[in-house]
Amino acid sequence: MEHSESVRVPIGPQHPALKEPASFMLTLSGEKILHAGVRLGYNHRGIEKACEQRSYIQDLYLVERICGICSHSHATCFCQAVEELAGVEPPKRALYIRTLVAELERIHSHLLWLGVAGHEIGFDTLLMYAWRDREIVMDLLALLTGNRVNYGINTFGGVRRDITPEHKEAVLRGIDKLEERTKYYISVATEETTLIERLCGVGLLSHDDAIRLGAVGPTGRASSVKRDVRRDDPYAAYGELDFNVITDDHNDVYGRTLVRVGELMESYKMIRQLLSNMPDGPIAVKVPRKILAGEVVSRYEAPRGEDMHYVKSNGTEKPERVKVRAPTLANVQAVAHMLKDRYLADMPIVVAAIDPCFSCTDRIIAVADARDRRAGVMTWGQLRAYGIEWYRRRGTDFSRLNRAFSPAEGD
Amino acid sequence: MAAALFHILVFPGFLFLGVLALFAEYVDRKLCARLQNRIGPPWFQPFADFIKLAAKDSLVPELADQWIFRLAPVVALASPLTASLYIPIWRRDALFSFEGDVIVVLYLLTIPTLTFFLAGWYARSVFSMLGAARSMMQLFAYEIPLFLSILAPALLANTWSLSGMTRYYGAHPWYALLNVIGLAVSLMALLGKLERVPFDAPEAETEIVAGSFTEYSGRLLALFRLAISVEMIVACSLLAAVFLPFGLQLGAPAGFVLYLLKVLLLVCLISLFRTVFARLRIDQVINFCWQYAAPFAFVQVLIDLVAKGVLIS
Repeated sequence: MEHSESVRVPIGPQHPALKEPASFMLTLSGEKILHAGVRLGYNHRGIEKACEQRSYIQDLYLVERICGICSHSHATCFCQAVEELAGVEPPKRALYIRTLVAELERIHSHLLWLGVAGHEIGFDTLLMYAWRDREIVMDLLALLTGNRVNYGINTFGGVRRDITPEHKEAVLRGIDKLEERTKYYISVATEETTLIERLCGVGLLSHDDAIRLGAVGPTGRASSVKRDVRRDDPYAAYGELDFNVITDDHNDVYGRTLVRVGELMESYKMIRQLLSNMPDGPIAVKVPRKILAGEVVSRYEAPRGEDMHYVKSNGTEKPERVKVRAPTLANVQAVAHMLKDRYLADMPIVVAAIDPCFSCTDRIIAVADARDRRAGVMTWGQLRAYGIEWYRRRGTDFSRLNRAFSPAEGD
Repeated sequence: MAAALFHILVFPGFLFLGVLALFAEYVDRKLCARLQNRIGPPWFQPFADFIKLAAKDSLVPELADQWIFRLAPVVALASPLTASLYIPIWRRDALFSFEGDVIVVLYLLTIPTLTFFLAGWYARSVFSMLGAARSMMQLFAYEIPLFLSILAPALLANTWSLSGMTRYYGAHPWYALLNVIGLAVSLMALLGKLERVPFDAPEAETEIVAGSFTEYSGRLLALFRLAISVEMIVACSLLAAVFLPFGLQLGAPAGFVLYLLKVLLLVCLISLFRTVFARLRIDQVINFCWQYAAPFAFVQVLIDLVAKGVLIS
């Protein structure tokens, strides 16, 4: 792969195109990308491990903080898993409210994406417009749940807040306004020349490649992969809703844009159905603190694709293992494929087109030795000793300070 | 001697153009913000930015060529200032003029792009070198349409001096309507020269950080930014003098106000383009310039040649 006149350009871990740290090492020949190496792992937060040390209800708030944008997705996915383990069925009304918040979240996420995509191709006006309109849905979410992000509406066995007729009214008004704006964006996306020039034929991912690389969500659906958990494995209230799974055969970034704006229109439709068919009744049932032993996999269609939670319980009030597979992990393999033989200028939009969320994805990091590429396992004690030794070699010795501040632990 | 110094330092030189350039930057930023549904900066923001940057340290990368790195912003600022001396502003004559000064002005306006290239290339960082290469590639794309579309009116006026051109078009203002295509092409080329959206690939933030200017900071960056603003004003003045030769006989106050209006109109057009387009890739820029801009510039040359035959005979 080494080329005599090739140049290596590090896009990341810190770069204006990236909203979160991730590293794309591009080998360029002129403007053309010969090879793209993707490295994740700059955002590992140890959430899965932290989940094992907390009770289920504490974990619910922790998993909600996996992602700032699809927070409801992770919370609902986890809730579904725990409810299945506990053998509880949330009341109908609770499921409808969950679905309502889920679709509002999808609207806010897709509008956010539209703005980011505009920014990545230097079309800042689209960013400003899309994010202005996104405020409408953010206000609705704040009205329904009390929060703009990390809504905290879910609880095991239902939801924590009921919605009133006034809420319904406000949501319907907001949705009408958003639908009108979305129609405008559809016309922009299909008519504005420079936008089409920059999006068409960029980041190609054929139908077969999309399946082989396991692309999910809008990334897959733009390559005619008709997969949507809401349709294939209905959860919450989706089984009772009438909606279309939007697909597109452009296979490129343009197709992914069309799929997302199309999904916005479907979301408006679904929200109207949810509000008019909302059943009466309680919004939550009681779930015991200790969850029966067992293991379960829960699937959820997040705005970026299929989100999956695996929960294993051992009959206590803390889970034995929680595993989260965020949609970005499924899509990131496709990015390296899409970047190959493309122009450097297309790199930001190709990466942005999967709507990446790297901090949601980072689960484990393997630090490999740069020379022999070997990774090893260190215990906490070894890591601590290594750190102390690393600083001591560079002339800084903290061991005495440490002793002074933590007499109980010793050294 | 005193008069020359006054021309160079105060009017229409450094001080006047500097203030006008920063004001134009404000108009550009404010209009762009309003079009994007934002509030935009207060009127003094460009001045405040300039003063703040000028007060900060300039870091020079160790690997960079020290001389070129420091000299490039100064040359970038000096060349459009020099060019302004040959452009008629509100009268039919410029301060200085000679037969052939239109070529000199065009070349002086090319120099900033060359300094962007040198500054980026000798900063020796990956991003600035990529930006430098793109600046150069873009130069080859827009420069010929720009030259053709500005020289075409000169063909009709039968002179290679800007003052001669404004005298000719001032005498026959309606002939300027023949040059509408030239105005459109040169305005488009100007977007390329100023590296504005949709032709801002050389400093595309999301790809190559800030292109040539990635390593610049403090005073040197302030000079570069001022140079770009001054270049915008001087190039707009050039376009106004060549393509909008109206009201030149009105005398000092009215003519001066009219000149400001013409320049502001062009600045507003530039910021309008900035808001309605997405950034083109560098290969798309080159295709666009050679497929559309250059043929249209040739059409402009033909129109002027034919008009010359018809009108003179």
